[in-house]
Amino acid sequence: MSALNAVASRRLARPTSAGGWVRLVLLGLLVALLALFVARYWEALFELGQWFVSFATTRPYIILGFAVPIAFGALCAVMCERSGVVNIGIEGMMLTSAFTGFLVGAYLNPVMGHLPAALLGVAAAIGASMVLSALHAWLAITVKADQIISGTVINILALGGTAYFNQLFISTADVSGARTLPKNLIGLPSEVYDAPIVGPLLNAVFGQGPLQTAVIFAVIFLQVMLFRSRWGLRTRAVGEHPKAADTVGIDVIRVRYRNVILGGAFAGLAGAYLTLESIGSFQDGMTAGIGFIALAAMIFGRWTPVGAFIAALIFGAARTLGQAIQISAPPGELGGAIASWPAQWFGMFPYILTIIILAGVVGRAVAPAADGVPYDKEARG
Amino acid sequence: MTSPPVSHGGMSVDPTTLVGSGSGIGRQLASTVVAIVLGLLVGAVLILVSSALSEEGLRPTLPIEAYASLLSGSLGDARGWANTMNSATPLILAGLSVAFGFRAGLFNIGAQGQFFLGAFGGAIFGGVAGIPFPLHIVVAVFGGFLFGGLWGFIPGLLKAWRGAHEVVTTIMLNSIAALGLNWLAATYFRDPGATFPRTPDALPSALLPTILEGTRMHAGILVALAAAVAVWFVLFKTTLGFEIRTVGSNPDAARYAGIRPALITVLTMSIAGGLAGTAGAIEILGITKNYPAEYNTTYGFDAIAVALLGRAHPFGVVGAALLFGVLRAGAGAMQRETGIPIDIISVVQGAIILFVAAEVVIRRLLPRIRRAGRGPTRAPSAA
Repeated sequence: MSALNAVASRRLARPTSAGGWVRLVLLGLLVALLALFVARYWEALFELGQWFVSFATTRPYIILGFAVPIAFGALCAVMCERSGVVNIGIEGMMLTSAFTGFLVGAYLNPVMGHLPAALLGVAAAIGASMVLSALHAWLAITVKADQIISGTVINILALGGTAYFNQLFISTADVSGARTLPKNLIGLPSEVYDAPIVGPLLNAVFGQGPLQTAVIFAVIFLQVMLFRSRWGLRTRAVGEHPKAADTVGIDVIRVRYRNVILGGAFAGLAGAYLTLESIGSFQDGMTAGIGFIALAAMIFGRWTPVGAFIAALIFGAARTLGQAIQISAPPGELGGAIASWPAQWFGMFPYILTIIILAGVVGRAVAPAADGVPYDKEARG
Repeated sequence: MTSPPVSHGGMSVDPTTLVGSGSGIGRQLASTVVAIVLGLLVGAVLILVSSALSEEGLRPTLPIEAYASLLSGSLGDARGWANTMNSATPLILAGLSVAFGFRAGLFNIGAQGQFFLGAFGGAIFGGVAGIPFPLHIVVAVFGGFLFGGLWGFIPGLLKAWRGAHEVVTTIMLNSIAALGLNWLAATYFRDPGATFPRTPDALPSALLPTILEGTRMHAGILVALAAAVAVWFVLFKTTLGFEIRTVGSNPDAARYAGIRPALITVLTMSIAGGLAGTAGAIEILGITKNYPAEYNTTYGFDAIAVALLGRAHPFGVVGAALLFGVLRAGAGAMQRETGIPIDIISVVQGAIILFVAAEVVIRRLLPRIRRAGRGPTRAPSAA
């Protein structure tokens, strides 16, 4: 009892208001500094903003292009976590599918021609990612292994495995025949893309590769399905309260397996986008944290497809900034300073943004209640 | 320090499932050996498959040749032993870093970035003139500890204060460390005399002495083993260790016992970062001597597998690091003699960890193996 009393008295004795005051003063200082900065550089900031908006509105395809793999990865994460399975193996799934898709596309290109080979490459990418997803599902759902460890195992295997086979099949083989998916498959006339305001937007969605078009429809489709369909209701029920879902006759295990494995298809599309649509070659470890940024996008988007997509666009805009400076130098007093920043700073930008988003938002964002908890039919709860 | 907000769902590591507190040490050892054997088998199958796909056609003995040349490369002579120990040294220290985090329920994937920071710190402090020989090593290694500790402190603080999950923040900090140090080593800390961007060499007074005549085996292994004992002592013989393990197994109970989980989280991540930073500093002072702008190493990443295989126990980590050290040190010889890419090592490591994660499967397998060996009457779980 005395121990409990000690705890209680310590709790009471802890000063709570002092901390609040310190925080308030710090926040006030920060706001004042920011206000001073804005006041001093108002015109330069305005000029800079104008420059970026004009850059972004004439080339929204760059922003969307950067956002595509993040958005696909986030869709995979949403499907898994909404049904109660944490998936940090998305990075590894993306890397594996990027490799597999590229390998299949490159080797089949001389045999069957450009487009069929690339499309089969996309299919192979989806397949490879779904195989790894099945492994994760088995470890997380049936074996009830720690889901973070399971995802890490997949990341380690993917990094080593793709490097091994890359060395055997791609680095040493002649893959000069490899080409990316064709652009503007729908074949809208170029006058449409020249139209003011909507032209660049249409170009971003329809004028680029097919996966860049597909991501928009995938986001909308999944958003509608998740909140308006039987499958969505069951998924959310299993993620929030699996016991209750089980009681009304939903097969929790089956729903989770299906969601994790189908979600893997989206990670596969993300990987396929990298090698078969965007970059056109494979390098070891080329995903470079996109799978984890996708997780941050999912959290920032509050576990909804549309929210995650908007978050992915913000990441895309952040990466576009680095590109924009190389293409057209920013004007004005601040522009010159920014243009002289080293490339590494812009490289760090998305990662720092991810940390800021996680630190700033996660306290208020609420994950599905049963996220990461294996379902045990016999357990009381 | 305020209490941490509700963290992101179930994204936390439960060290009890990892450490397997229920089963005895003999059982754990047995299932670990099975996992290693299965991992090596996966590697063998992969070698067979890729040899079957190659132009020379299937060579059934290739896996045996590969593993034989790997072993003779890493343990065949004094040079091999030196390479094995030198490879195991950073793996032990960085593995201790990840294992230390596991004990508090934290998954420190950031050992890679903390390693980079420590390496940079080691290079900088190792270049400070005017410190006499043995003391300079201590200063430089401690500098690495501090730099790495800072890189562990940040995710610890973000977790305790804002509930930002350490798995994602540490991964992001890995990339930030690589890019940021790439920039620093190429600009403000660049050696003007060097042809490619890197920091100046550490001074001879800061370099670790070799301890095996005629090889490059440096004294780092002694530091690593001492660190393993120290981590074991802190975790299992001190109040701080007890508090860390309590937070790891049950944060709510810890809070009711008067332990502040937020404080323990920050402290654990800082010490874990320091351990990985020490690994980086020792690698610089023992092997590379300077921090190259394009520093490329996977020690911090492999440390995750080391900690998992070692069941987050300091002495288990030493054993796992020695095994991975053997694989790493012999991989070069294997590639030279059999043409199999070094990367097969990463696959084998990943496969071993896969079987550790799926331990339940091995546990189901083990009695059967034992039954087959001893005969059906002696099987304890036959009923």
